[in-house]
Amino acid sequence: MTTEAHIIVNDLTMAYGDFIIQQGLNFTVNKEDIFILMGASGCGKSTLLRHLVGLKSPAKGSVFYQDIDFWRASEQEKSLIMRRNGILYQSGALWSAMTLAENIALPLGEYTNLGKAEIQELASLKLALVGLSGFENYYPSEISGGMQKRAGLARAIALDPEILFFDEPSAGLDPISAKLLDDLILELRDSLGATLVIVTHELASIFAIGNNSVFLDPESKTMIASGDPKLLLKECDDSRVRQFLTRGKNK
Amino acid sequence: MPKPHLQCQYHILPHKNGCLELQLSGDWVIGNNLPSMNDVQTQLDQDPATTHIKISSTELGMWDSRLVSFILILTKSLNDKKIAFDISGLPSGTKSLLKLATAVPERTGVRKTRQQKSFLEILGSGAINTISETKAILSFIGEIWLSFFRFIQGKARFRYQDFWLVIQECGPNALPIVTLISLLIGLILAFIGAIQLQLFGADIYVANLVAIGMTREMGAMMTAIIMAGRTGAAFAAKLGTMQVNEEINALNTMGIAALDFLVLPRILALVLMMPLLTIYSNIIGILGGMWVAVTMLDISLIEYYLQTKQSITLVDCATGIIKSLVFGLLIAGIGCMSGLKCGRSSAAVGEATTTAVVRSIVSIVVADSIFTILFQSLGI
Repeated sequence: MTTEAHIIVNDLTMAYGDFIIQQGLNFTVNKEDIFILMGASGCGKSTLLRHLVGLKSPAKGSVFYQDIDFWRASEQEKSLIMRRNGILYQSGALWSAMTLAENIALPLGEYTNLGKAEIQELASLKLALVGLSGFENYYPSEISGGMQKRAGLARAIALDPEILFFDEPSAGLDPISAKLLDDLILELRDSLGATLVIVTHELASIFAIGNNSVFLDPESKTMIASGDPKLLLKECDDSRVRQFLTRGKNK
Repeated sequence: MPKPHLQCQYHILPHKNGCLELQLSGDWVIGNNLPSMNDVQTQLDQDPATTHIKISSTELGMWDSRLVSFILILTKSLNDKKIAFDISGLPSGTKSLLKLATAVPERTGVRKTRQQKSFLEILGSGAINTISETKAILSFIGEIWLSFFRFIQGKARFRYQDFWLVIQECGPNALPIVTLISLLIGLILAFIGAIQLQLFGADIYVANLVAIGMTREMGAMMTAIIMAGRTGAAFAAKLGTMQVNEEINALNTMGIAALDFLVLPRILALVLMMPLLTIYSNIIGILGGMWVAVTMLDISLIEYYLQTKQSITLVDCATGIIKSLVFGLLIAGIGCMSGLKCGRSSAAVGEATTTAVVRSIVSIVVADSIFTILFQSLGI
């Protein structure tokens, strides 16, 4: 497997006004990694994700996509990078005024010059990939929360992205649906060859799919560990990381 | 019938070697009057040699979190005085709750203190807010212009389906309420005019009053106020909910400008519909005035029609229509801006809607007075 860097975060400081969330973040997401952003609730995982996908600009430091400094790039370069990202939001964030098929068709219509029929076919394919074939004409409010997440995933992979971001994919799902979603994520990674960045604190998912990670600590406001979560469990000496990864058993 | 609670109290028994015993008795539960802690204080003042206090609960009846909170507060004040506090005599449930309550020490610096702000502080922060608010409004106006130029160049992306839906919503669907209000405004104008004009025997001039009143002022203004409450609020609520649900973020990260996709079709639709609604409102208002004139003032339909035709010029109608274009822009812009600036909670959506309606109505009235002064000084 190649270990080419895909995203490089360099001395990143995140803040809301004067209130610093995290500082001194340095890490690299390699191509085809399944990269986990973990840490206790409120440590700034989701905020970090917002910095990575271009929703919130950093107070200091930079985010590199390969060799382009995202926050100093031109609008054109930015939108080119953003177009290659797929994002699954915590709540699904499907456009509620559109049917599932229209949700997936919108980015396809924007960025490709396919005809209507082809877009329809592709939308149906993406829905079938996440196990929702037949639901093309449903509105987001007519399906369950787990189905909304899967539909959100179908929209995220609409443009065959190079990097997929997930904000707490298994939050609010029952263990079986969560497991199925994990499997689906793994399969999509293998078949699309995408890099995955996942915000989660679901231990089962972290160990099942993650092969690289950073651990954010809310007290010291910086990252205190990074690397393969399975190795972290074995080797990390920091008591905060150990407690997190063992559900507080190893005090 | 539940048993009435036994009165809860404590007795202080002085022991040797600077030890006090606190004997609890009765039911220490919510709903019962708890004894004050002052007795302990008095006893301590009398006995400055006290070094530790122990608690006994052999007489204690029922207890709940009232007891726990009592002990917790007592512990704190005794800690401050450096007096040892032995709670081993408490029931084991109370002890474990106390342990739980003290397990995580209070984080320093998290407690929020509500400070009374001084007048200068309020004034200062108000001024700073106004400046940043003004900046936000100006940049929003700028962005709308950019978006509009993109639209003219054919680069702005939105779904025409959405555009037609908004047209339907703020055009034809608003007709019933515009009809009702305009008719009533026409009636009111005619009534007020009739009473005054009858004094001079100049009944027929009711037609002039209603026609000019409707076309120059009331038609555009009332339609705008209706649309602010109806459509402006709907825009703010719709975009606000999309913001809460991260739908706007989803658009932005997909490289689709929310401004082009959501705001532009709404502004275009309302700016197109407002003049049409205003013309409609003018006609209905004049019909309302005609109704009063014909039934109350013995003016014939033909007379009223001719008088109306004579009294208004195309310029009168045009002033109303120009106003309505601006009102439409204001309502849609303010509604969409409030929605986009909405916070990430359900309360914020309510706030955004209220702000949208209040600001639209204020700006409509302000804009209308500016127009009136302007037209007056230009002699239009």
